[in-house]
Amino acid sequence: MIIHVENPALEIHNLTVSYHRKPVLWDIDLTVPQGTLAGIIGPNGAGKSTLIKSVMGLLPADSGYAQMFGEPLDRVRRRVSYVPQRESVDWDFPASALDVALMGRYARLGLFRRPRAADREMAMDCLKKVGMDGFAARQISQLSGGQQQRVFLARALAQDADLYLMDEPFAGIDAATEAAVIQLLTEMKQAGKTVIVVHHDLQSAADYFDWIVLLNMRLVASGPTDQIFTQELLERAYGGRLNVLSQVGELLQKQQFPARERKG
Amino acid sequence: MDAFWIILTGSLVAISCGTLGCYLVLRKMAMVGDAISHAVLPGIVLAFLFSGSRDPFTMLLGAGAVGLLSTFLIETIHRRGQLQEDASIGVVFTFLFAVGVILISMYAGQVDLDQDCVLYGEIAYVPLDLLYTKSGASLGPRTVWILGGVLLAVIALVSFAYKELAATTFDSQFAAAIGISTTLWHYALMGAVSLTTVASFESVGAVLVVAFLVIPPATAFLLTDKLPVMLGLSAVVGILSAAGGYALAVAIDGSIAGAMAVVGGAEFALALLFSPRYGIPARIKRKTHEELPSVS
Repeated sequence: MIIHVENPALEIHNLTVSYHRKPVLWDIDLTVPQGTLAGIIGPNGAGKSTLIKSVMGLLPADSGYAQMFGEPLDRVRRRVSYVPQRESVDWDFPASALDVALMGRYARLGLFRRPRAADREMAMDCLKKVGMDGFAARQISQLSGGQQQRVFLARALAQDADLYLMDEPFAGIDAATEAAVIQLLTEMKQAGKTVIVVHHDLQSAADYFDWIVLLNMRLVASGPTDQIFTQELLERAYGGRLNVLSQVGELLQKQQFPARERKG
Repeated sequence: MDAFWIILTGSLVAISCGTLGCYLVLRKMAMVGDAISHAVLPGIVLAFLFSGSRDPFTMLLGAGAVGLLSTFLIETIHRRGQLQEDASIGVVFTFLFAVGVILISMYAGQVDLDQDCVLYGEIAYVPLDLLYTKSGASLGPRTVWILGGVLLAVIALVSFAYKELAATTFDSQFAAAIGISTTLWHYALMGAVSLTTVASFESVGAVLVVAFLVIPPATAFLLTDKLPVMLGLSAVVGILSAAGGYALAVAIDGSIAGAMAVVGGAEFALALLFSPRYGIPARIKRKTHEELPSVS
């Protein structure tokens, strides 16, 4: 089931992407409406990260294209923010949380222009929004995984964009941070922003997102959560494995098997 | 006076190399400097053979071109050939250096260059090659003028393009997403490394160039967690190596370039032992105060 909308924030048209000549995404064609909090869901190796990297022009597409707000990326770059996976950078880099948040302002500064006091204030405000203002001066390797993720979010907020593409912002963070982040993303949505998140946890997906893109190398489904989150579509995305897993889970619950065999 | 010119030359090289080296170390490309400093050899020889002169600008041009070619080859073999980056560096620079060695041995009679000079340099001869005004007044060694120009170019690059270099070094995907060209700044940095390496080469030799590209930045990295401070500290460490190395060389009557590199290594060892975050005092302190502000 693929539901298209008029006047989308993100439109992907017949996109095919390969990695080392092996196709990882086949003929993806979807739209995501403005003002939604959308999740890209699928099993490992489904090409979720590849999809948003390709949309951001970080990976070349074999065919097809992506548009934001009806324009190619180069014409609306300032309205689009990309948050890479936390593991993709070396956190030993000599910078403070504020330095990283300030990089969000770089998007609005021309070549060779330096950030001004107003940019610093804005970056500081964004740290405050993610609850990191108390850690502004701390070196980024001295932060926990959840705090590093918040700093990345502050950097994205500092871009003051209209469309946010986030790669696994919930990976490896504690429950408190996850709750704070989802609250922030919901507030952004209420302020009219569009947030598209790569997410691997099926359990929470239905609660978090109001639009879901189900992906497994091909597009399985794209539409409002209540229409997409069906057993049938999820099974198609997860290829039967989901069924086996849920049956085992039920069995375990009913019969209360010990999770591990006892040593005899 | 000779001592002054030698220390000044060493310091100019140390600051230029150390500044660029900070970015190389942070990009985990420290050995690219090693590669470029060796790979430019055929460029120097070819420039000499074609122009027939040891005019420094021809040499810079030839060597700079081969330096950029080698970074291009490293990138291409790494990306297209899917070979690990360190292996690709090793293949490219040993190959190009060997080509340079063959060229020198083939045209030994015509080329006023030898491998020893290229590797170890002759910083002691710096004060001998002076520039004069038309009226005959000495302007100081030619090398100092060239290296001074290179240093100005390096400082101009990192101050004008501070945010571009910082963003592409820390998070290249983010930089690309906000429209900063990672390729452009990669080659701008590599171009600057080639130019600096080649200009420094003749006076201080490849070994000291490589040492100055890595040791002062690595030392500074251990001592601070702010990029601008790291750049400044790297310069200070470099100047101390140049001055300390000269004193050591005079004391033991040994190679000046060698002594400068050794003093740099000693400074690094001190930083490693006493670094505020990773050093021994910090570790002892951490053990006695187990209740550090918990980070969650």
